[in-house]
Amino acid sequence: MASSDLIGWFTDIGLVDRPTVGGKGGSLGELERAGITVPPGFVVRTAAFESFIDTLEQDAPLRARVESLRADDLEEITKLSAMLRARVEAADLPQALREALRAAHAALCADDPQGPVAVRSSATTEDAEDASFAGLQDTYLWVKGAAAVERQLRACWASLYSVPSMAYRRKQGLPEAGVAMAVVVQKMVDARTAGVMFTRSPTTGDRSVIVIEGAWGLGSAVVSGEVTPDRFVVGKITGEITVRELRDKHVQHVPLPEGGTAEVETPAELRNEPCLSDGELMQLRAVARRIERHYGRPQDIEWAIDRQQQVLILQSRPETVWSVKEAAPVAAPKDNPLQHVMAVFGGKR
Amino acid sequence: MQGFPLPSSLKVVPGTERAQAAYPYYMQFGPGDDERFWFYNSMHFPEPMCAFDSVTGEAAYCALGAANTRVHCLPTTKGIDQRIINGRVYIGGVGVTDPEEVRERTEEFMQRAFYYYENWETLYAKWKDKMRALIADAQQLPKLDLPKYDPIANVRAGRGIASNHDLLDTYQKTLEGYFRMWHHHFEFLLLGYGAYMTFFAFCKKAFPEISDQTIARMVAGMEAEIFKPDEELRRLAHCAVQLGVEAPFQDGASVDDVLASLRDMGPQGHKWLAELETSRHPWFNVNVGDGFYHYHRSWNDDLSLPFSALPNYIRQIQGGQNLERPVAQLIEERNQLAADYRELLDTDADRAAFDQMLGLAHRVFPYVEGHKFYCEHWYTNLFFNKIREFGALLTAHGVFSREDDVFHLTHYELKSAIIDLMQSWSAGSPPRGVAHWPALIAERRTAIVAWAANDTPPALGPVPAIIDDPAIVMLWGITRESLDAWLTAESGEPSNELKGFAASRGVVEGTARVVKSVDEISRLREGDILVCQVTNPTWSPIFSKIAAAVSDIGGSMSHAAIVAREYGLPAVVGTGTATRRIRDGQRIRVDGGRGIVTLLD
Repeated sequence: MASSDLIGWFTDIGLVDRPTVGGKGGSLGELERAGITVPPGFVVRTAAFESFIDTLEQDAPLRARVESLRADDLEEITKLSAMLRARVEAADLPQALREALRAAHAALCADDPQGPVAVRSSATTEDAEDASFAGLQDTYLWVKGAAAVERQLRACWASLYSVPSMAYRRKQGLPEAGVAMAVVVQKMVDARTAGVMFTRSPTTGDRSVIVIEGAWGLGSAVVSGEVTPDRFVVGKITGEITVRELRDKHVQHVPLPEGGTAEVETPAELRNEPCLSDGELMQLRAVARRIERHYGRPQDIEWAIDRQQQVLILQSRPETVWSVKEAAPVAAPKDNPLQHVMAVFGGKR
Repeated sequence: MQGFPLPSSLKVVPGTERAQAAYPYYMQFGPGDDERFWFYNSMHFPEPMCAFDSVTGEAAYCALGAANTRVHCLPTTKGIDQRIINGRVYIGGVGVTDPEEVRERTEEFMQRAFYYYENWETLYAKWKDKMRALIADAQQLPKLDLPKYDPIANVRAGRGIASNHDLLDTYQKTLEGYFRMWHHHFEFLLLGYGAYMTFFAFCKKAFPEISDQTIARMVAGMEAEIFKPDEELRRLAHCAVQLGVEAPFQDGASVDDVLASLRDMGPQGHKWLAELETSRHPWFNVNVGDGFYHYHRSWNDDLSLPFSALPNYIRQIQGGQNLERPVAQLIEERNQLAADYRELLDTDADRAAFDQMLGLAHRVFPYVEGHKFYCEHWYTNLFFNKIREFGALLTAHGVFSREDDVFHLTHYELKSAIIDLMQSWSAGSPPRGVAHWPALIAERRTAIVAWAANDTPPALGPVPAIIDDPAIVMLWGITRESLDAWLTAESGEPSNELKGFAASRGVVEGTARVVKSVDEISRLREGDILVCQVTNPTWSPIFSKIAAAVSDIGGSMSHAAIVAREYGLPAVVGTGTATRRIRDGQRIRVDGGRGIVTLLD
């Protein structure tokens, strides 16, 4: 199915499209196009959001109301937030958008119209990666059916009118005309195991290892910190598994039949078992290396392994802790290379 | 201050006092030694030293110390002092602490060591020539003989020197050659290790989580002599299959039976025997230990060890396995590994420094890996076999009851026994040694058994705040951290884990075979985990049988580690206490990637 100005399929978009598909959407498209297996999906572009808000504006002003808020008037912000969120969540989608969304959803879930998808906000501004904009990182898992997708799409948009989100924009003095949000709609992975991995050790900054953390079930349990994941350190180049820390993974996130997810206790016999085999660690390592190569810099990656043992990538972001530090050379080259041995023979005193 | 027992608190095992007194005065602990730090050199000398075998310590430390103290002039360290108690060799480094002396020595070092580095290839080629000449000299020493009458040919040639003098001449040349060989051994060694350590330290800094063995793999030479004996064995297995003479090679068959069968097999059998001779000289001059004990016989002296590996190799070939070492591929893999790590470095400056250090490490490595074959194996075999000849001669003259009695005399005492024999032959009367030596030898044999059963501390004396002796760090892998681990183990804290150097990756569970001497090798069964004081590369055929290896001492650069990696066998070396803490038959898990051994029951 072809992309349009409202819908962008992962296969058609990349990082350069970030202004219209957001960071998350652009990254997933970029991965897909780099040959990395990501759950298939599309992005509801920012133009869709804009057309939706334009429709709302016809009934009553919206952007101007926000812009009139004082950043420190929390009471007023709270009142307006409740009102605007209700409007966004209740309003119908414009006809063209509604049709485009239904068609895209039908194409994505051709095998099963009730097939579960994830609906995830995909913010467009760099600032959105800031923790203060956390409200924009809404993700709805295991959403079933076109109507539910529409509902969660609006919920994502509505999060732009949350109290912290609006307060932040007012504090920064950002114009409302520039506020937009793309939303990712993506097939859900029925994850047997999921987690995160870092192509640079978060603890030592070592670029030659990949640190993999994972637990049973959906990755949300790991990302939200509700379970202590197993932790493995794998040589990026050698494949050597140098650390295996197995933890008591007492809970896991699982999908509910009626849609949505729940936290349940992990079956006793699995709690302390490794959630990844050596073979799977090697598969993850291979994917991590390809992603890092593609971007040319260390990455933090979310991954899942489904019930068919397929490895899927849900997200990849540039690593930011170590990479921003000024990389001091380990040792400078010497005019006479032999001078290097003095580091060993010269003594520590 | 935290520390190990003082030397003065270490007692000679009761009843072995006279055997202890046999070692020269300069090897006995004495006043002043309590103030220094000593450690048990169980890497090189894992078993109690017979009186004669202790010559290796003398010769080796004479040469090591000379190179460090006076030839290359290492800035912060001089040589190694040694002491023997209960047959155990303790050694201690002599550091340089005066900054002025360090400065002066640094200047000397940079002139001397840098000359070696700059001319490494030329000097190493020269070294091989010197070693081959030294080996040829040793091979040409006359066979020992005290004939009833001096040969008539000598009379006619007007030689003027009788046969008994040849004994003294040959003995002195034998001893002199051994001391000389050790000088050659240390001519390059520390400089080679130092260049390697430089690269090693760089990698550890650039990649804090890199394993020791990965660094070693980036540097490893692929055609070192140390791999040759085992390669020859695989070649012979291949020949046997090609020639269709594999039938006699059965597990448990005696060497004599196999050889006799081959002789009876006509031309094909003879062809294989000819191939065997080609391999044996020189490649079977490899001994079943590190070469430091007279009873570490060479494959040439005892074919049973190499032959015990042949049936297995033949089966593998028949099963379609290719046993050849893919050298070109191994080199390609090594270079790719280094290139991949280089790519991960953050700056161009780092990549340039990496290239410089790796380049130097590659240049020095052929010596680091190759010297052992010439020194510890080939030459040492010749040396101990010559001494064995003296043992046979003295046995023939009734002084000893068996030829290896000779190894229970110090080299001084042996000289006296030889002169006694020379006098006896000249006088025409029996040697006085007949009445002198047997009782002493019996006493010393008993002492060796008692000492072997006696646990000895891994170190003695106060622990130094820092270990700043590159020789000790490089050769013995001893660091402040490893000493702390030993101290913890000594304090008897209960733990089911032993930590050591991660020498070769992989995780294996199995039955531990605690092998305290080379004689016990035959107890190892397929799939056992070898637990020994020092793993040894020339036990290679054993490596194809065992599932993993654990040793008390050794660094990630020990030959054990190199060969374990070559065999893809998990290995943890330098645990300090494995042979004491692990019971024979106990189930253990070896995690060679993390350097941890877990006791499972």
